[in-house]
Amino acid sequence: MTLHGHVPPEPDLVQLLTPEGTRVQHPDFPLEITDEEIKSLYRDLALVRRFDGEATALQRQGELGLWASCLGQEAAQVGAGRALRTQDMAFPTYREHGVAWCRDVDPVTLLGMFRGVSLGGWNPNENNFNLYTIVLGAQALHAVGYAMGVTRDGAVGTGEPDRDTAVLAFFGDGASSQGDVNEAFIWAAAGNLPVVFYCQNNQWAISEPVERQSRVPLFHRAAGFGFPGIRIDGNDVLACLAVSRVALDEARSGQGPTLIEAYTYRMGAHTTSDDPTRYRLSEELETWKHRDPIERVRAYLVRQAGVAQDFFDGIDAEAEELAVRIRAACRALPDPGPLSVFDNVFVDLPDELAEQREGYREYLSAFEGAGH
Amino acid sequence: MAELKPFKLPDVGEGLTEADILRWDVKVGDPVAVNQVLVEVETAKAAVELPAPFAGVVHAIHFEEGATVDVGTPIITIRVGEGEVAETAPATGPTADGGDLVPSPPVDGGAAADRPASAAERPAASKAGRESVLVGYGVSGERGRRRRRVAREEAPSANDAFGVTPGAHAANAVLPTGRAVLAKPPVRKLAKTLGVDLSNIVATGPNGSISRLDVEEAAKSEAPRRGSGSAPTAGAETRIPIKGVRKHTAAAMVASAFTAPHVTEFVTLDVSEMMALRERIAARREFRAVKVSPLLFVARAVLWAAKRTPIINSTWDESAGEIVVKHYVNLGIAAATERGLIVPNIKNADSLSLLELAESIGALTDTARAGRTSPADMAGGTFTITNVGVFGVDTGTPILNPGEAGILAFGAVRRQPWVVGTGEDERIEPRWVTQLAVSFDHRSVDGQQGSEFLADVAAVLRDPGLALL
Repeated sequence: MTLHGHVPPEPDLVQLLTPEGTRVQHPDFPLEITDEEIKSLYRDLALVRRFDGEATALQRQGELGLWASCLGQEAAQVGAGRALRTQDMAFPTYREHGVAWCRDVDPVTLLGMFRGVSLGGWNPNENNFNLYTIVLGAQALHAVGYAMGVTRDGAVGTGEPDRDTAVLAFFGDGASSQGDVNEAFIWAAAGNLPVVFYCQNNQWAISEPVERQSRVPLFHRAAGFGFPGIRIDGNDVLACLAVSRVALDEARSGQGPTLIEAYTYRMGAHTTSDDPTRYRLSEELETWKHRDPIERVRAYLVRQAGVAQDFFDGIDAEAEELAVRIRAACRALPDPGPLSVFDNVFVDLPDELAEQREGYREYLSAFEGAGH
Repeated sequence: MAELKPFKLPDVGEGLTEADILRWDVKVGDPVAVNQVLVEVETAKAAVELPAPFAGVVHAIHFEEGATVDVGTPIITIRVGEGEVAETAPATGPTADGGDLVPSPPVDGGAAADRPASAAERPAASKAGRESVLVGYGVSGERGRRRRRVAREEAPSANDAFGVTPGAHAANAVLPTGRAVLAKPPVRKLAKTLGVDLSNIVATGPNGSISRLDVEEAAKSEAPRRGSGSAPTAGAETRIPIKGVRKHTAAAMVASAFTAPHVTEFVTLDVSEMMALRERIAARREFRAVKVSPLLFVARAVLWAAKRTPIINSTWDESAGEIVVKHYVNLGIAAATERGLIVPNIKNADSLSLLELAESIGALTDTARAGRTSPADMAGGTFTITNVGVFGVDTGTPILNPGEAGILAFGAVRRQPWVVGTGEDERIEPRWVTQLAVSFDHRSVDGQQGSEFLADVAAVLRDPGLALL
């Protein structure tokens, strides 16, 4: 069974771990995974949530200008993030803190942009994790462009596990209505590109519910572009991992693009500037609380894997340590120097710009206490 | 050593300037942990809970529930650490940057005695504090710590390149304004090219900076003066502080113009009969002491017409979701005074006789011109007449006095050619002609109602006998 032969029965969604923490099998997506691996996924989820919560608090304390919380979407992000291979490239929105975690981007670095002290902060080529993109859906085209490059590099379908490369493009239900995303679908299909479109349908495009944006389930849209689409339980980290792996494998092997709709829920506000109580009902939130992505993994580990309390206490302590480190490091993030505007645009600075930088340096040194 | 750390109200929503304190979850003396919820605040965007940025004991709470607080103002002070409080005062809130000061906020009575030094500084939350910047990034004192540029002989080339006059900052220290000239390098370059002295330019750009346009304007106004050989002087413009009646008027007009959708209608009419009646009444004994002006008859006509179209004398109550139709008329008369426009009103004008109405209008205008109009005289108006005719003007599009549904502009009464008679008898005669304009709040008053009201006013002025009906 492959994705490309799979026709999902409506309204099916792939689930491997129920909200109650029961492991279930899916005929099309078997997942070989050890309890140790599930424990490490639990650690990812718990630390990402703690980091995210700390960032929200820092915004409320005036340390960040804005924060887009990923509360409730941890499984959708960690599942996809852990399905990536080193050479794969991910293109995030501005909310993929869980994917950033999986790509070893230091959480403190993520805060830089939200604190207004950097325009990104990490080298996308080192982490194979592109910079956060604020423009809705624009990264879907960047991902497709990157996938074109991968194809031209001949890094698709060679059969070498460390060479074949897939591209993972993230976006949300709201961005799926954007022209950029639809153009990206067309290019990906036209070029049979090694890209997986990963839509976290968190039900709300700020205040616009998804049913007002699409008459069909979002994953059905893929059919119109000519590639497979599938809906997975976005709060089930195992389903996210399993289906992402299959889709990425198929991309690497040259079978072309896939659309994965991770059906999840934004438990918090769109960003810290938003008040969701103004447009959605608390009953809805309560319903989704029962589908929490972390609680079900914990329930599984306790009831089915017999993991002792010590393990969870250890994770809690580590989470607390992480929070303390982030809090202090956030406040200590340095302001960028004025000359940094010349960095990071050109690999080789053109002579004219080098001259301007020199002139600017001289100008700056003309101030008191410039230290020159 | 313990330290008193104030927590400043952050901008929790990208560009907000203030928030209301909804609920305090802690009180003075309570121990607090990091990220423990201290307070719930409501901004224009959202109600949010603010977590404690540091652990300690609540030392002082600076605002009561219900208070509106500017971003950047300390709202709570937390005592961090053990022992005596350190000698050095904690960093204060935003420092005054000039400009108008935020009024002193209410202080928690119990905490007033031992509140920190920073609390006393709080009224200094300046205009800068209203700017939409992050706490810790700009509103606070950092802004004032702008490094001064020093003239360095070895760096003239860079100055040339950036259009900067060496030593300009030092020269600015003795400017009458006492403020540094703010202008971007390209603007400085332009000024240099045009030979304009930046220190003599009135800045209209963002944050008090000199814009390209300012420089070009200054160059234009300086050019002829230079040509005639006279020394350029500052003062091509006069800056009038916006305050008092002007400020109030501006706020009222803006509020009215942008909440009530205005419709204005006009009518031109022959008021010769009204003018004749005015002469007969002015000649009467009991009217000897009062001014029998055309305005008196217009007022009377308005009161008569308002009875027939009561909706014109109503208020749009947005918060209650109701239109309040008044069964009395507090008739406002717009008056030009030295302090500016004021609109005192005659209470229950609809219950007055013509003589009483004349007396009231006289008293009202005398009081206004003397500058003795009380706030009570101006409160509670239900309909307004503005007598633009006294300026020799024909008509206008009046803006509603806030809270009212109608306003009538009364134009100049002039001798004008007018078609009279019908059929064989039709001819042009010189007559007393005027124009009326009525603006009404289209939320509550439909075009038909507004038109009927205006037609009624016109009809009774054209033929005062109709008032007998």
